[in-house]
Amino acid sequence: MNAQATDAHHDSDHDHHGPAPGLMRWVTTTNHKDIGTLYLWFSLIMFFIGGLMALVIRSELFQPGLQLVDPHFFNQMTTMHALVMIFGVVMPAFVGLANWMLPMMIGAPDMALPRMNNWSFWILPFGFAMMLSTLLMEGGGPAAGWTLYPPLSLQTGDAFPFLIFSIHLLGVSSIMGAINIVATIMNLRAPGMTFMKMPLFVWTWFITAYLLIAVMPVLAGAVTMLLTDKFFGTSFFDAAGGGDPVMFQHIFWFFGHPEVYILILPSFGLVSEIIPTFSRKRLFGYSSMVYATASIAFLSFIVWAHHMFTVGMPLAGEIFFMFTTMLIAVPTGVKVFNWVSTMWRGAMTFETPMLFALGFVVMFTIGGFSGLMLAMTPIDFQYHDTYFVVAHFHYVLVPGAIYGIIGGVYYWLPKWTGNMYSESLGKMHFWLSTIFVNVLFFPMHFVGLAGMPRRIPDYSVQFADFNQIATIGAFGFGFSQILLLVLVVKCIRGGEKATDQVWEGAEGLEWTVSSPAPYHTFSPQPVIK
Amino acid sequence: MKKQISTRHLFIIPIAMFGFGYLMVPIYDVFCDLTGLNGKTGSISEAQAQVISVDENRLIKVEFISSLNQGAEWEFAPVVKSMMVNPGRSYSTSYTAVNQLDMEMVGQAIPSVSPGKAASYFNKTECFCFNQQKFAANEEKDMPLTFVVDPELPDDISTVTLSYTFFDVNSRIN
Ligand code: HEM
Ligand SMILES: [Cu+2]
Repeated sequence: MNAQATDAHHDSDHDHHGPAPGLMRWVTTTNHKDIGTLYLWFSLIMFFIGGLMALVIRSELFQPGLQLVDPHFFNQMTTMHALVMIFGVVMPAFVGLANWMLPMMIGAPDMALPRMNNWSFWILPFGFAMMLSTLLMEGGGPAAGWTLYPPLSLQTGDAFPFLIFSIHLLGVSSIMGAINIVATIMNLRAPGMTFMKMPLFVWTWFITAYLLIAVMPVLAGAVTMLLTDKFFGTSFFDAAGGGDPVMFQHIFWFFGHPEVYILILPSFGLVSEIIPTFSRKRLFGYSSMVYATASIAFLSFIVWAHHMFTVGMPLAGEIFFMFTTMLIAVPTGVKVFNWVSTMWRGAMTFETPMLFALGFVVMFTIGGFSGLMLAMTPIDFQYHDTYFVVAHFHYVLVPGAIYGIIGGVYYWLPKWTGNMYSESLGKMHFWLSTIFVNVLFFPMHFVGLAGMPRRIPDYSVQFADFNQIATIGAFGFGFSQILLLVLVVKCIRGGEKATDQVWEGAEGLEWTVSSPAPYHTFSPQPVIK
Repeated sequence: MKKQISTRHLFIIPIAMFGFGYLMVPIYDVFCDLTGLNGKTGSISEAQAQVISVDENRLIKVEFISSLNQGAEWEFAPVVKSMMVNPGRSYSTSYTAVNQLDMEMVGQAIPSVSPGKAASYFNKTECFCFNQQKFAANEEKDMPLTFVVDPELPDDISTVTLSYTFFDVNSRIN
């Protein structure tokens, strides 16, 4: 470790004058800001690819009956949409933001392991090229849902080994990213930056990184078992050979539930940065935020079977998982309370990052409430595998995780580019997204309660109206995201010059460096009093 | 200088967790065995079955059902659909299976009992499910089964359903 840290210093002495010229800069870079930029662009591109898949799904569901796509292709779309959005959009965006901001927030010159950092990014495009290429293979891409339950997933055609191998690659990439983040936080904090002085984005990422290191390997193990079941005659999940397909679900969700918290905790951190800035107040209950995050992370390991209430469990198991799941609402409630209290009597202004943070607080909470409904075992028997579940996780993920990310991007964009973005375009982006995201996902609660199953390309006619509304919302939301792309490109090209502090109420080390942030920051580390 | 942690130590966690993923397999089996979850039935020897005392005052309904795993080309059904039994007494019945293909096939029946709670009280002294079953082309076979219901079966259970799923295990053997 020490050797690598000196290496980093050595590198930075080497190209003191800024980035290497030409395209090779991006291939060979070990600079945390470059790598952050790569991650963020990658995530944005995947966001549009995954979005197109969602529009295929919603177009087919515009009317009952089968009209546009073949059902098998529909299933490939639901599966790939989820895999792309989870592993290609939300996780890389978080890692990108961490790369850009984490060293600057704790006063470190770079990430602790810059070469590994380069690797962990560059594995991703290859992993996804492989995963997306399965759509062109004999028998089509994976179509058994992102949860890959056997025996169905074992019926995947030629795509199967490619799918498994690409999941391995994505796992390796995110484990390396997470280890890098832990090492950076542990070893490279500026003198005086104690743990309890770290900004919350750093804290939430620190905890998320541990979750990643702990559960991604479990997923890798589960998919490896699928692979050997299919090709090497093992029978982990094959009842004929003494295995059990239900065991896959236990292993998968042991990964899967912590995974959904991996998808939200860094957004909690982002919102906890943004709200104090635009309320011009310190974050209310800083230490309770830290403990709440840690307890959410801990609890996330003992609730996994709430995804399996209907699979068959003894009563004691159903009750245990019901109560532990409901327990998670307590630390989550603490967080929401603290955000609201931070705003209480603050001098609030409503620039775009703040709008997205507020949208997050309101709509994430809606998703939390539907989660609580699903947590009640007897009720879940009715809701499981319906659109109600789809509504739940889209509320926590789209106006939750994704709004946190977009808010963070607006918040730091002036620091990255040195220019202010267009506030009117930003506000338009927020309002259009917020209107359409609700048009898109709110009706799903109703069709779900009425019994419309998820992952099916056809439905009975009584669900038609709500589905039409949802599809209109989907197209509106999808096209609104083009505004984000336009806004970012315009902001990179020019605009009103940003000050170093950018926002009046902003506090923290990242606002002490100039805008745009120089290629190397904090080479002599600052001292925090 | 602050204490530095070694990255090498961090890599131990994912490697250990990968192992833990595999460790969940035996843990799961042991857990199911101990709790009798998952409908896995018990088996006892003939001799053990002899010494269990019979509860003449209680009658339990045992139902038999059958299903075929996807792609299995058999006809497979219980000879009787249900019987009334006294706990502690040995009973015999059978399933019949017909290989519908013009070639030799091997099948394996996997049992499951519901309610799950009853599984560990349902003991078999003889069962075709203990072994793989070899069939000649188009062969029909009678497959015997002998069982005892444990008198300790909880009082609130009056019906026990025994289900067999028949799997084609040819590909597994070749
Ligand atoms: C108050 C907190 C939460 C509770 C009580 C909760 C509860 C649940 C329950 C019980 C289910 C299973 C529903 C079913 O399949 O029948 C579920 C599904 C799901 N939840 Fe949550 N949840 C919460 C927060 C979150 C968060 C923060 C995320 C992610 C950001 C999330 C993402 C998901 C996803 C993706 C699924 C569906 C997985 C699938 O089957 O594909 N949930 N939730
Ligand atoms: Cu969960």
